[in-house]
Amino acid sequence: MGKYSIRYFLHEGLHSIVVHGFMSFAAVTVIAACLLIIGTFSLVAYNIDVLIDSLEAQNEIAIYIDESYTREQALALEAQLRSIDNVSDVIFVSKEELFDDYLETLGEDAVIMEDLRDDNPLRDSYRIIMKDVSLHAETVEALEQVAGVAETNSQKELSDRLLQIRQVVNAVSYTLIALLGAISVFIISNVVRLAMFARREEISIMKMVGATNGFIRVPFVIEGVALGLMAAVVAFFAQWGVYRYIVSGLMQGIAMFDMVPFDAFALPLLGALILAGLGLGVGGSVLTIRRFLKV
Amino acid sequence: MVKLLDTYKTYDNGTKALKGVTLTIEDGEFVFIVGPSGSGKSTIIKMLAAEVRPTSGKVMVNGFNIGAIRQREIPYLRRTIGVVFQDFRLIENKSVHENVAFVMRAVGASPRAIKKRVPYVLDLVGILHKSRRLPGELSGGEQQRVAIARALVNNPSLIIADEPTGNLDPARSFELMTLLEKINMLGTTVVVVTHEKELVNQFEKRVVTIDGGIVISDKTGGYYSERMNLYYGNGQIQH
Repeated sequence: MGKYSIRYFLHEGLHSIVVHGFMSFAAVTVIAACLLIIGTFSLVAYNIDVLIDSLEAQNEIAIYIDESYTREQALALEAQLRSIDNVSDVIFVSKEELFDDYLETLGEDAVIMEDLRDDNPLRDSYRIIMKDVSLHAETVEALEQVAGVAETNSQKELSDRLLQIRQVVNAVSYTLIALLGAISVFIISNVVRLAMFARREEISIMKMVGATNGFIRVPFVIEGVALGLMAAVVAFFAQWGVYRYIVSGLMQGIAMFDMVPFDAFALPLLGALILAGLGLGVGGSVLTIRRFLKV
Repeated sequence: MVKLLDTYKTYDNGTKALKGVTLTIEDGEFVFIVGPSGSGKSTIIKMLAAEVRPTSGKVMVNGFNIGAIRQREIPYLRRTIGVVFQDFRLIENKSVHENVAFVMRAVGASPRAIKKRVPYVLDLVGILHKSRRLPGELSGGEQQRVAIARALVNNPSLIIADEPTGNLDPARSFELMTLLEKINMLGTTVVVVTHEKELVNQFEKRVVTIDGGIVISDKTGGYYSERMNLYYGNGQIQH
C-alpha cells in the first residue's frame, strides 16, 4: 500500500457515499437519531449525577419549629440546638424571611402569593450547619429529639430519591446504547454491503491482479467511518438544540434544577460522539467486508 | 516458471478434476492447453492463480508453492500473473484508460508510473486511440485487447488467457493470438487455454492436451483434433 494510495482511498470511499446518496443520507439520519437518543439519556444521567454530588456535599439541615411555639420560644431553642454534637452553627430564619425567599424564587409570579403575606402559612425555622456530613443521620435523629422541632428537612432524602432515578436512567441508557448501537452497526454494514455489491466485479478484478485484502478494504472502511462521523456531527448539533430548548426547559419546569450548561461539556460530548461514530463506522464496515471478502 | 508434479484435485462434491498431472512450463514459453469441457483445464488455470489448491502433489508458480501458500502471500503471487478471460471482465463505467490504470493503482503504483505505463501498453495492444471510450462502445475484439492490456500493465512474467477468443470471430481471434505471440516474443510466458483447434493449428506452438484430468499429449509444434476424442501431435496419434 503505497503513499499514493491515500488520495485513491479517500476518493473511492467518499465517492461511494455520493453515488449511494439516498442510502447514505438515510444511514446518517438514523445513526444520528440513535446517537441523539443515547446522548440525551446520558446527559440526563450526567445532570442527575452532578445534582446528587452537589446535594451530598451540602452540610446543611433545615428544621421547622412547631406552630404552637411563639417567636420567643422558638428563639430560645438555639442554645439547645447548639449543644448537639456535630452542630457547628445554627442560624434562625423567621417565617417572614422564608416567605420573602420563596417569593424571590417565584420571580414575576410572586404577585399572586402576595395576598398571603398577612396570613403566612410558613413556620419559623433554623438552618443547622453540620461539622461532618457523614454523621448526617445521627444529627437528624438528635435534632428530632429536641422539643419544639416539628420537622427536619435535609437534601438527603432528595439525594436518595435521585440516586434511585439515576439507577433507572443508567439502566435505560445502557440498554439503549446496546440496542441503538447494534442498529447503527447494522445500518452501516448494509450501506457498505450495498457499495461492495455494486463493485463486486471491480473487487474480483482487484483480487485477481494482486490487490491485498487490506487495499480492497480501506475505501469501504473510509465510507463507513465517514458515515459514522457525519452522523456524529449531526447528532452533536441536534443534541445542542434538544438540550437547550427541550430537556433544560422540561427539567427546570418540573423541579427548578440548575442544569449543567451545554458549553461545559460540549467538547467532551463532541469527542464522545466522534469516537462513537468512528467505532460504529469501523465496526459496521469491517463486519460486512469480512464476510464479503471471506478473509 | 510453472511446474505441476503428480497433481491431484478432488473438489468437495467428490468431482475428481485432476488425476496426476505433471507439467512444466519454462520461462518465455508459449503453450496452448487444450481439451474438451470438463477435462480439467479450468482447474489448472485456477490452481495457477491460487484460487484452488491441489489435493495432493506439488504446484509451483513463479517460485510460489500453491499447496502451501499463505493467504496473505496470494496477492503477491497474482502480481506475477496476468489473466485474460473469455468474457473480458472489464468495468463498464470506467474508460479504457481507467480500466487499465486502476489495476496499477491496486498494487500501489505511483501516478507518475501509471501515466507512463498505461499509454505504453494500450499502444502495444493497438487500442491507444480509444483510451477515452467506455468498454460498451468497443467491439468484442477491442474489449479483449483492453483485457490483455490490463493483464500486461503490471508487467507479469506469466500471462494466462482462459478461452480468450471464445467471443470473437475467426479473423479477430487470429489477430488476438498474434498479439499474444508478440507479447511472448517480448519475454512474457503465455499460457492459452482453448478448445478452438483451427486456431491452435495455425500456430506452431507447444500443445498440451488434457482429458479426464490427465495430460494425454504434450507436443511442440503440434496440432489437435477432437475427432473420436483422440489427440494428435505432429500428425501422430498419441495415447
